[in-house]
Amino acid sequence: MSATLPPQTVQAMLPAPAPVCFVTESGKAAEAPADYPAPSDELLREAYRRMVVGRRYDEQATALAKQGRLAVYPSSRGQEACQIGAALALREHDWLVPTYRDSVAVHARGVDPVQVLTLLRGDWHCGYDPAATRVAPQCTPLATQLLHATGMADGMRRKGEDGVVLALVGDGGTSEGDFHEALNFAAVFRAPVVFLVQNNQYAISVPLARQTAAPALAYKGIGYGVHAEQVDGNDVMAVLAVMTAAVDHARRGDGPVLVEAQTYRVEPHTDSDDPSRYRDEEETLRWAAADPVRRLETYLRDREVLTERDVETAQAEGEAVAADVRGRIDLDQTPDPLALFDHVYAEPTPQLLEQRDQLAAEMKERED
Amino acid sequence: MAVVTLAKALNMALRDALRQDERVLVLGEDVGRLGGVFRVTDGLTGEFGEQRCFDTPLAESGIVGYAVGLATEGFRPVVEIQFDAFAYPAFEQIASHVAKLRNRTRGRLALPMVIRIPYGGGIGGVEHHSDSSEAYYAHTPGLKVATPATAEDAYWLLRDAVHSSDPVVFMEPKKLYWSEEDADLDRRRVAHFGRAVVRRQGRDATLVAYGPAVPVALDAAAQAAREGIELEVVDLRTLVPFDDETVSASVRRTGRCVVVQEAQGFAGVGAEVVARVQERCFHSLEAPVLRVSGFDIPYPPPKLEHAHLPGVHRVLDAVHRLQYDDEPDVRHLDRGVA
Ligand SMILES: Cc1ncc(C[n+]2csc(CCOP(=O)(O)OP(=O)(O)O)c2C)c(N)n1
Repeated sequence: MSATLPPQTVQAMLPAPAPVCFVTESGKAAEAPADYPAPSDELLREAYRRMVVGRRYDEQATALAKQGRLAVYPSSRGQEACQIGAALALREHDWLVPTYRDSVAVHARGVDPVQVLTLLRGDWHCGYDPAATRVAPQCTPLATQLLHATGMADGMRRKGEDGVVLALVGDGGTSEGDFHEALNFAAVFRAPVVFLVQNNQYAISVPLARQTAAPALAYKGIGYGVHAEQVDGNDVMAVLAVMTAAVDHARRGDGPVLVEAQTYRVEPHTDSDDPSRYRDEEETLRWAAADPVRRLETYLRDREVLTERDVETAQAEGEAVAADVRGRIDLDQTPDPLALFDHVYAEPTPQLLEQRDQLAAEMKERED
Repeated sequence: MAVVTLAKALNMALRDALRQDERVLVLGEDVGRLGGVFRVTDGLTGEFGEQRCFDTPLAESGIVGYAVGLATEGFRPVVEIQFDAFAYPAFEQIASHVAKLRNRTRGRLALPMVIRIPYGGGIGGVEHHSDSSEAYYAHTPGLKVATPATAEDAYWLLRDAVHSSDPVVFMEPKKLYWSEEDADLDRRRVAHFGRAVVRRQGRDATLVAYGPAVPVALDAAAQAAREGIELEVVDLRTLVPFDDETVSASVRRTGRCVVVQEAQGFAGVGAEVVARVQERCFHSLEAPVLRVSGFDIPYPPPKLEHAHLPGVHRVLDAVHRLQYDDEPDVRHLDRGVA
């Protein structure tokens, strides 16, 4: 049922032997630049600005959780290159299918920063309009969203649209059956979907070695006939290069792509987690040296692509976003309880209408 | 009028739905060239092509999750699960996403999709081929659950399900797939979805049944009539929405009620019906509301299924206790017969 395209060779599907890297940890050009066109300086400046804003946004959300103004917040500090790289690889009509950890990517896609957080604030499950923003609801049951992404991608292809779906998942999520089913479906139907695994080394407390014995998660593509790549997930230049190629590949109709970005979760799993129980500080410090924001800044400044003024502008924008979130986060957060019955069904059952009346009566009693 | 089987009526419903609406897609395991293991999708790929009716990889969670994505993009997928117990790998997709996406997004993303599940026993299937899983779905807010007992209902309920803006789990009693009926499917005689129907009128007691239990209830009513007991038979047709009106009106008329289901009894749909009847009809009741169901055991091997399936005899036994006992026979209740 899919268009006939030339057979894919095993070699073409395998990931590079080492993660694709353009900029080293110290911000220097990597020795053997990969086989991908380098993103333009313009795009890199844009990525820098968004990473700075994203980091500030993440810090603000973490602070709000500590103050009890969010029920919970899973930080993505340290994963900005992945989140921004993912968002920037997409066109307007493409879909982003994120998880709970991807608030920064969702924000970078243009979703109102407060609406992103209503899930975590606890007043509604998905605060934004997925259809209008082309961002699916942030998904909590691990890997289930990857199948939706595959169906969405195939749906667009069936309608003759050239949209691509970019689905995000963590390293832990790759152990779930739905991850494997999604890869297989995507390959069989040649769906224009790109799976980006943010391998941040831990699924809550469980290290990568307990998820897989494969040399890298990217190798999971070949078994399904899916092109795969691994990339340094703290090098946004590499992430942009690889993701752009992957999205182009899918858009051309050449089938799905699996990208594994190697990165690190700097903060606890959520604000209620205690990472000292499962990892040592030395490791965290080692990864801190690989910080994606500083790395790009050093690289761009050395090449005089980024000025002090650019840095200040980005920081000011980050402060403005944070202030905006602080200012609005406590507003409008008590929805009408009767709204609970509004969207269970398009046509509510008689039983639901009865229960709605019951709650309305209870509320009225309490008022009197 | 023409003689059709329930399976054929479903096939015609799918064909007409595919014809009428470009967005309808039929997918699942073996639904393409083979026409489904029960032949419900027979000929659809031939008529509509591989783009409209197609085989998927063999993965139930995959099928349902992928259909969620198609529905998000505006298609109306009709998914076939091969047998009841093989829907369990997809349960997370059904419970966490199919049932909830409308609610999670405050109505901005709808999932008009149908999940067809052949269910129930009585066909000599080996294990995992005869489960009655309807209560799991009926217990999940956000899903509508339909289960036809006649060819005409099979046709119209499925047409309604495909048309519905809400996701529908469509439970097909596989024991009845081959039952034949003189049916006129061109003309809809009554509203179906969400409305129960009185299949037989009677004054002495109401039998409430659905899906595979409906013919059992009708047989019991025919037999009881020979003893001079007139039983009314209500066929629920949809479990969600539940038609309290029709059920309550009948029980208020008759004053007595037995709920008949093939599924295991504990925490099942029958328990819900009993609770609703006694809440609404307490002052009209002349006897406790009883249940007749399968036992609370994993579905038995085929050579023993006759011992498990609630048949006419068990229904009549319950009816007799209703009619002639002043006090309920508690020993019977404890033995799990009722
Ligand atoms: C199906 C499922 N099982 C368990 C959980 C609980 N849980 C939430 S996050 C998590 C770890 C996920 O790790 P990973 O996929 O690596 O993503 P990360 O949180 O590191 O971004 C677990 C076990 C869940 N959300 N869904």
